[in-house]
Amino acid sequence: MVYVLVAVGILAGAILAIRSKRLLISAIWLAVTSALTALMFYLLGAVQVAVIELSVGAGLVTVLFVFAINISGEEAFDLQPVMPKPLAWGLIVIAVGLTIYLTIRGGGLALELQASADSPTILWSDRYLDILLQIALIFSGVLGVLGLLSEGEPKTQKEDQA
Amino acid sequence: MTQIPVAFVVILSIISLAGVGFYCLLATRNLIKVIIGLQLMIKGVAMAFILGGNLTGQLNLGQTMALTVIVADTIVAVVGLALAVQVRHRLGTLDIKALSTLKR
Repeated sequence: MVYVLVAVGILAGAILAIRSKRLLISAIWLAVTSALTALMFYLLGAVQVAVIELSVGAGLVTVLFVFAINISGEEAFDLQPVMPKPLAWGLIVIAVGLTIYLTIRGGGLALELQASADSPTILWSDRYLDILLQIALIFSGVLGVLGLLSEGEPKTQKEDQA
Repeated sequence: MTQIPVAFVVILSIISLAGVGFYCLLATRNLIKVIIGLQLMIKGVAMAFILGGNLTGQLNLGQTMALTVIVADTIVAVVGLALAVQVRHRLGTLDIKALSTLKR
């Protein structure tokens, strides 16, 4: 019963996140969806990922969204979508249908790798390439934050030249 | 009362997250909303890793993979938001169609 309630909450949060007119409200609904996703992780037994998802997904990412929306300003516009809505719905139905078909036909999920140790041991010994990838990604993230913070520089240079 | 299998509920949740995120990617023109759609899709993928680990009895392996996905997801959000701020600063709009001026 709890799983159903959390799943319904996730779906409602996701729909409200993309349907809201104001970007700030969308960011808050995204945070709610992240928190409910973390709860689902916890219910599935993935405690460590639940904590990380709650702190990073519902915390850090929300702060970044609010910061970026405040810098760039609320721009709510009802323009024509990139592709016609019926075509978008058709593509989604095809993607969902293929996912369900492959899930049923595959007879479930099967991980070939055998790992019986705890998460930190797997991460640091078996999957050290992931660690290297994460270091590179975090470096890119630092550059991204610099891009966020350097928003006002070009104007200042122009004013100095004038 | 018949019990609904947990895996079925979680798979529905994964599919709904991926579907809503995919629709947002296809239909919206606001750059920040596109990033929100991407975030929703990636949350579904992380949940799929956890469910896969849970079903095969290798939850720790699923957790490490989901952790990598969450880190990548966060960095995508940071870089995407920085890009959105710069686009807004230079072009004055968050409309992704305005980016097509880069082709000229």
